[in-house]
Amino acid sequence: MSSPFSRIRGLPSLAAFAAGLMGLALLLSFFIAPEDGDQGISQRIFYIHVPIALTAYFCFGLGAWKALLLLWRGGERYDLESYVAIHQGTIFGSLTLITGAIWAKASWGVWWTWDSNQLVLFLTLFLFYCAYFMLRFSLPEGPRRARSSAVYALFGVALIPVSFLAIRLAEDFIHPTTFTRDGPQMTGTMFTAFCVSWAAVTLLAYVLYRVELVGKRLHIDLRELREALE
Amino acid sequence: MRYLADVAALTRKDLRVELRAQDTLPAMLLFVLSMLVVFHFALPEGTGEDAAYGLLWVAIVFTALLGLARAWIPEQEHGVFDALVLAPCDRSAIWVGKTVATLAFLVAAQAVALPAFVLFFAPLDGVALAGVLLADVGICAVGSLMAAMAAAGRARELLLPLLLLPLSMPLIVGGVGSAVSTEPERYLLLLALYDGIFAVLSWASFEYVVTES
Repeated sequence: MSSPFSRIRGLPSLAAFAAGLMGLALLLSFFIAPEDGDQGISQRIFYIHVPIALTAYFCFGLGAWKALLLLWRGGERYDLESYVAIHQGTIFGSLTLITGAIWAKASWGVWWTWDSNQLVLFLTLFLFYCAYFMLRFSLPEGPRRARSSAVYALFGVALIPVSFLAIRLAEDFIHPTTFTRDGPQMTGTMFTAFCVSWAAVTLLAYVLYRVELVGKRLHIDLRELREALE
Repeated sequence: MRYLADVAALTRKDLRVELRAQDTLPAMLLFVLSMLVVFHFALPEGTGEDAAYGLLWVAIVFTALLGLARAWIPEQEHGVFDALVLAPCDRSAIWVGKTVATLAFLVAAQAVALPAFVLFFAPLDGVALAGVLLADVGICAVGSLMAAMAAAGRARELLLPLLLLPLSMPLIVGGVGSAVSTEPERYLLLLALYDGIFAVLSWASFEYVVTES
């Protein structure tokens, strides 16, 4: 059992840095980046929404990678890491769906549209990883649960390209795409604001991941101590 | 060769259990026929054939879910699962055997349901039937793995649809596309691709989800 303090070494300063970067990102996206000629103020949600969506994908990917490591090398720590990564992925995924709905309402006039492939793919993947928790919490704790969860997490990665292909094909008989997000190119300042936001959100997700991991491990240690005392 | 003999023995066991107990297939048949009757009321006048094809695919997926939810119940109830895992055969053979057996049940249920669908609603051509068969393979392959995962947990019947429905989305796209599209080959290719990728994944990962330590 490692000391709890060694686990959080560097974490408070990293969290402070993430908060600072997040502040800078908000400053850049709301006050420095020029207003989009086409969409006006509502375009500014782009600097939040897209980094959050990318981070959600990244978290799911990280969860699947840790799941692969678990199956490949074994080791309990990968199970917890995979779970925490997917948990963060669903949190950022919910935020993506909420911010996406707000943006869609502001610029397309509807809260949801089936016209955009990215939305449908994201929703499918989001539901898939929500079911991950149902699976995990229904199985008794142990190596079998760890491996079942890992296998399920890995299936998500295989689902992404196949679903994407399926959704592209489905356009044929559902209805064709009527609008895309490819607007005018971003200017330099806009791109900078976007990159800073992306870095800030990714760092925030990483800090949250570490914090949750420390909490979960502490909880396990505490339970082991309690069992040892009984 | 040894592997194939193991698979054949395991499949035979499942088919024989079903022949004697008749737990699954009659339920699947009755379910899919009842669904067709429900569709009659779910499709108002003038909805067109395409809507009927869409509903047919809902029926196929739900019927498969019904069969898959029962797939590992005999093994769980009588403790056969542990014996199977201990048996001197490759564990993936257990998965192949179960997949073939559930596929046989599903195809048998469809052998009655699809003619009934043609009779009640809309015609099905050879391409649409090929789509049904390809999708059956995919859903049974992934489904028997997911059912094995769910079987170990509480509320397994509740869990399986949640695990399988997001995964079966490409199958529904491929199935409906092969029935309604003017270029159905692309959808058959999608189904074949899905079958290939997910069958290999399920085959390779089955061992991980059934062993205890």
